[in-house]
Amino acid sequence: MSAGAIKGLIVPGLPHPLLAADKNEGWMRIRKAFEAAREEVLACDPDLLLIYSTLWPSVVGHQIQAHPEPEWTHVDELFHDLGSIPYKFRMDPEFAEGYCQAARKRRLHARTVAYHGFPIDTGSVVALKLLNPDNAVPACIVSSNVYSDRAETVVLGKAAADTMRRQNKRVVAIVVTSLSNRLFTEFIEPSEDRIHSLKDDEWNRKVLEFLGDGRLEDAAQLSREIHKQVRVKKVVNFKPFWWLAAVMGQHNDYQGKVYDYAPIYGAGAAVVSLTPSPGGVGDKEFDEENVEVYGGERNVLDHAGPQDASPPEAALVQEAPATDSTDPAGVVHAPAAPKPVGAYPHARKVGELLFVSGVGPRNPADDSIPGGPVRKGDKALQDYDIEAQTRAVIDNLKAVLKAAGSSLDRVVDVTVFLIDMDRDFHGFNRVYGEHFKDVGATRTTLAIRALPTPIAVEFKVIAAVGD
Amino acid sequence: MSKDGSIVAGILAPHPPHLVYAENPAQNEPRSECGWETLRWAYQRMRSDLEQRDFDVLVVLSPHWQTYIGNHFLGVPHFKSLSVDPVFPNLFRFHYDMKVDVELAEGIRDEAQAAGLVTRMMRNPDFRVDYGTIVSCHMTRPDWDLPIVSISSCRSNAYYSVEVMQEQALELGRATRVAIEKSGRRAVLLASNSLSHRHFTDEPELPEDMAHEHIYHHGQYLWDMRMIEMMRTGRTREMIDLMPEFINQSVSEADSGALTWMMGAMDLPAYPGEVYGYGTVIGTGNAVVGWYPDRVTS
Repeated sequence: MSAGAIKGLIVPGLPHPLLAADKNEGWMRIRKAFEAAREEVLACDPDLLLIYSTLWPSVVGHQIQAHPEPEWTHVDELFHDLGSIPYKFRMDPEFAEGYCQAARKRRLHARTVAYHGFPIDTGSVVALKLLNPDNAVPACIVSSNVYSDRAETVVLGKAAADTMRRQNKRVVAIVVTSLSNRLFTEFIEPSEDRIHSLKDDEWNRKVLEFLGDGRLEDAAQLSREIHKQVRVKKVVNFKPFWWLAAVMGQHNDYQGKVYDYAPIYGAGAAVVSLTPSPGGVGDKEFDEENVEVYGGERNVLDHAGPQDASPPEAALVQEAPATDSTDPAGVVHAPAAPKPVGAYPHARKVGELLFVSGVGPRNPADDSIPGGPVRKGDKALQDYDIEAQTRAVIDNLKAVLKAAGSSLDRVVDVTVFLIDMDRDFHGFNRVYGEHFKDVGATRTTLAIRALPTPIAVEFKVIAAVGD
Repeated sequence: MSKDGSIVAGILAPHPPHLVYAENPAQNEPRSECGWETLRWAYQRMRSDLEQRDFDVLVVLSPHWQTYIGNHFLGVPHFKSLSVDPVFPNLFRFHYDMKVDVELAEGIRDEAQAAGLVTRMMRNPDFRVDYGTIVSCHMTRPDWDLPIVSISSCRSNAYYSVEVMQEQALELGRATRVAIEKSGRRAVLLASNSLSHRHFTDEPELPEDMAHEHIYHHGQYLWDMRMIEMMRTGRTREMIDLMPEFINQSVSEADSGALTWMMGAMDLPAYPGEVYGYGTVIGTGNAVVGWYPDRVTS
């Protein structure tokens, strides 16, 4: 399987399954659920366990654990009487650094932490001790910002996905969270444990029904309601499903498995796995903006304000306008070029200049992509031929120029967008040179995160036209 | 038991780790070149006033030891370890070595329990003392030559309401006063909380770059000044009455119960508190304020 999130896990963070499983039947069931999930994780041979812990709050942006071997003896600040948890974990500092850079690229405030004695939270400690006791797989942990809401959390998840692709790593994404989180406010005997209220229990079971059906995005879109109904208001919202969906793909095509569900001191604890599956529920009611970059706490939407950094052609896919004409306003439609993926023409004449919309490599006949697509649907990156894609771009560009009465040798300025500069620049540049060596056009080449269709290269061109 | 113990002073002693960072004590690993002087000088003036008095224990309630089931008390006589701030690890990696007055802690626990509050002693020697306790104690007594009693913050505000939190914190304060009196100790109380508590979500390259330091927004400043005005004019009962609105409007760290606990222990002082200074730390409002019962009796 290619790089990306190959599996998702939802696990609780309270220490009882680790330290006191023998004192309560439900705590033991959760421990056994952890152990079963561990088998499922190891069977898919991941490169990394990536944890988003709701028990690690941050204030200034997000923090990412980057110490290669953090070692300490941890004691929970509330359940300290259950005992100490000595640990030494194997982390992946390279991924942590890459994740931090990817988050910053999406305008989040982020930093790595690699200090001896940094207090790793109880939830992450419990998850790693039970899921990865021998440190068979390196790990990485990211904090949960107390102020962040959906936009920031979704972008944080997408930055994780960027890093998986860029580092070609197969990752199990883990969120550490209770479902309902209302603990008893008095000490109880282990035998007295139960979900704090019937209402909390009913909500937990509804959420688990969604997750069991693989409906991750549907569960994510319930986050605000979950927060309102069954969460003690410690932070602004319930966020872990937003993060997990953004990491794995914001859809419902998963195979869900609820290993077990039990109370831990009144809170709802469940161990759930989600595996990408083409046979999932599929449909979704996606009623919120799919945010790509973070616009700041007072400017959370992609298109709000001058900091807009939307990628080219970042419009919703819709039917192309009528083709085969150059209208009086100078709008050019080129039947021999691939259809636009939004409400824009192929090009537009203004005076002696022709402004060409972003041109990609899609085959105008069937929308296939010469050299192969960079990914299929929301799945991870796959191998592709940048030289073939670049040649196809130039062929499509020629078709647009011809329809407008111009030609390649009249191009005056080219802006090139590559989704992976390190990988693709040389291949692209070689093909470009074959066609543009004698044209004398100015050129700017940019690396961007993604293009609207699964392509790796796009040209934006200005050319001379007319006499 | 004789009732010769007393509360010598009650200090609003906020705990931003930035203050210790800027002090450059030997125990802290990171080094700074300046920063947050108005608050650090406020602490210095407060220490000068404390030096005029005899006391033998610091009793601190910290918002950063968060317990969702009752109030907990450090119950191990000696702690020595490294505290790394989970939010600002770049500023605070402090090697602490402290003594705990377990007998007094147990005395307060007993009184609180008798009053119907949920309590627990923390007996695990591997436990790491929270950085709020450390910062407030260090800024008050940098020599670390006195034992402390550290009380956790019961998060009943998150579970119930500010009103419930205050009812419990006032009762905990009363239990603290009774226990101190019974113990014969002369105690300084530390309420380790900021006032308004909305942080910036980014920080400058150089943490001590004071060009970036200001209140998060004007509304928070207005609330802070309103509360401080009540402190400096001896209207603490009114301040407690306003606490729900204050916490709601300014995301105040007084939601920890620390300030309310201290006011309860001091029987809601009707005399002026000494305002040593006010300053912001990464957008939050912080004041160092002292109440001295001997100023009334003298």
